[in-house]
Amino acid sequence: MGGIPHDHYEPKSGGEKWLQRRLPILGLAYDTLMIPTPKNLNWMWIWGIVLVFTLVLQIITGVVLVMHYTPHVDLAFESVEHIMRNVNGGWAIRYMHANGASLFFVAVYLHIFRSLYYGSYKAPREVTWIIGMLMLILMMATVFMGYVLPWGQMSFWGATVITGLFGAIPFVGEPLQVWLLGGPSVDNATLNRFFSLHYLMPFLLLGLTIVHVWAFHTTGNNNPTGVEVRRTSKEEAAKDTLPFWPYFVIKDLYALAVILVIFVAIVGFMPNYLGHPDNYIPANPLATPAHIVPEWYLLPFYAMLRAITFPIAIPFTGIEIIDAKFFGVLVMFGSLAVMAAVPWLDTSRVRSGRYRPMFKWWFALLVVDFFVLMWAGAMPAEGLVPVISLIGTVYWFGYFLVVLPLLGLFEEPLEQPATIEEDFANNHPADAEGSASAQPAE
Amino acid sequence: MSVKGLDNMKPIKLIAASLAALTLTFGSAHAAGGDGKTVDYDFSFEGPFGTYDTMQLQRGLAIYHNICSSCHGLELVYFRNLTEQTGPDMPEDMITELASNYFIPDDGLEAQPGDERPAGLSDQFPGSALSNAPDMSLLAKARAGFHGPYGTGMSQLFRGMGGAEYIASVLTGYTGEEKEEGGTIFYENTAFPGGWIAMAPPLWGEDIEHADGAPNDLESEAQDVAAFLMWAAEPKLNQRKAFGLTAVILLSIMAGLLYFTNKKLWYDVKHPKA
Repeated sequence: MGGIPHDHYEPKSGGEKWLQRRLPILGLAYDTLMIPTPKNLNWMWIWGIVLVFTLVLQIITGVVLVMHYTPHVDLAFESVEHIMRNVNGGWAIRYMHANGASLFFVAVYLHIFRSLYYGSYKAPREVTWIIGMLMLILMMATVFMGYVLPWGQMSFWGATVITGLFGAIPFVGEPLQVWLLGGPSVDNATLNRFFSLHYLMPFLLLGLTIVHVWAFHTTGNNNPTGVEVRRTSKEEAAKDTLPFWPYFVIKDLYALAVILVIFVAIVGFMPNYLGHPDNYIPANPLATPAHIVPEWYLLPFYAMLRAITFPIAIPFTGIEIIDAKFFGVLVMFGSLAVMAAVPWLDTSRVRSGRYRPMFKWWFALLVVDFFVLMWAGAMPAEGLVPVISLIGTVYWFGYFLVVLPLLGLFEEPLEQPATIEEDFANNHPADAEGSASAQPAE
Repeated sequence: MSVKGLDNMKPIKLIAASLAALTLTFGSAHAAGGDGKTVDYDFSFEGPFGTYDTMQLQRGLAIYHNICSSCHGLELVYFRNLTEQTGPDMPEDMITELASNYFIPDDGLEAQPGDERPAGLSDQFPGSALSNAPDMSLLAKARAGFHGPYGTGMSQLFRGMGGAEYIASVLTGYTGEEKEEGGTIFYENTAFPGGWIAMAPPLWGEDIEHADGAPNDLESEAQDVAAFLMWAAEPKLNQRKAFGLTAVILLSIMAGLLYFTNKKLWYDVKHPKA
């Protein structure tokens, strides 16, 4: 693997040579671990490792939870409480799994916004980006189905609302919804298939993770300057990079340890803070909760769904081409689609936002927009909330469909460093008098 | 450009400033609204180091047993749980005796359908006797979300407000006003969302005498039973906080070691020799 020239694995002992000729697994592990990595990566490049860790954490805790959980409408809620009360350490495993979902999304959103700022999605990393977007959608589906499993009030009503979205699709909507639910409404059949899929999808995510890593190991990492690693020779590449082990492994592990301190503090001291209290009430199809709200990580997209309260119609005729509900569904999925299409919407040749003076502001506004939408999604749709949601939705689409295509044409980018080595040397000048190797001696 | 301040402002500051503004908006908006008044009682189990007060749990158990249990169930709690050290820590013989006051369906070999037997240590509390009285096992966790501001849970985060505060507030929140609607009597309550609750005031103060002479005024009784219900909802709270503390300390040490390892590892790279 790897387009950056570097030393490859050389089997030394007899045993290594024997294995390498039959299965080059040691070579694969070596090349993966020793991949040349731009030495100027900042702290926003740690989220990948955090995500891998979280996926493994979720799979391990999830597999243990399944040993004690019963996927049946009459037993699911009690079996979760059985885990909380009677299974040794069950409360710890369940709280880690529930809050692990939050950690997952904190990390993935930071990972995505890092890519958006530093232009990691641009050529030649479009495939990495697209796979990442598929993983985000898969994560959302997984987390949604997982939330249904405890069979509390929010589980049941969340499932009812979200599966109802498919019913909005013209012509095929209602039969599709019945097919997805396994019946006319959310019931035992729904719970069982969600359980099955919730167990399957993390392994698909694991597979996609490998492809995601494979893709960016082929192109090499992006970095804060957006300037590519020199590939002309092994020596020049070595000036821009350091091997992943030990430099970035130790750095990432340090960052992971700090993040885990916060994570275990939340699990230990406030494990229900991020969850919805109504989910401690058993599901009751006859009593609708006052406000049906998804968990915090789905709120921005939920806000865009609710922002659309009007149909697309032919003016003056009253003929609706797309009704309001289906339009909302299209907008919600469209918000992810425009983000996935960003490699082809951004016309700027400069990768990193660091050298794009106008882009910086639009990007900052997008981050603000994301938080505003998150807040709006949590609020009852009254007063100013629908207007705020609509403005937020318009900006989200505007950023990808209007701002990014036009900025590349109008923006005057700042001067970029010629090489990563130069950027690094500017930040870390030589100790003694004299100069770092990148600067000409004077 | 004429707007000097804006010129110097970095985008990251815009994000931070907007977040701060949002938080302030939540706060001021909350002060204006809210559907029930919850008193911020102090409980022993608040904060990262707070644990249950065994004596308070025992007093709360006495109140639940003598008053609440006539209508409300506690299905997820086993009688044996009452002997747990991190719970009410009651002696086994006392709990065996207490359990024998509750009758549960008899599923023995010679039992006829409908037969009942007294409960034992290994049994659960029975469910609610009244259909409109919710089971209380998880009430303290299920009612933790009324607090705002605007569902952000800031009061839970900074003041430790939760379901226990809400339960105690409902029990002390009766104004004495009543109204009849569709044959049901509703009682005005300052903490209950909507202001009118179907439950008649269950506690009046001095409802039971504690053997150790602990205060039994209305506020104390309300807090005692709220604490007991918090334990019923989250029996592993003490263990959980001990786990949290241990994990935070161990991981902090690990983070510290990794910090220095990382610093040493990168030193030569970041301090090139001339």
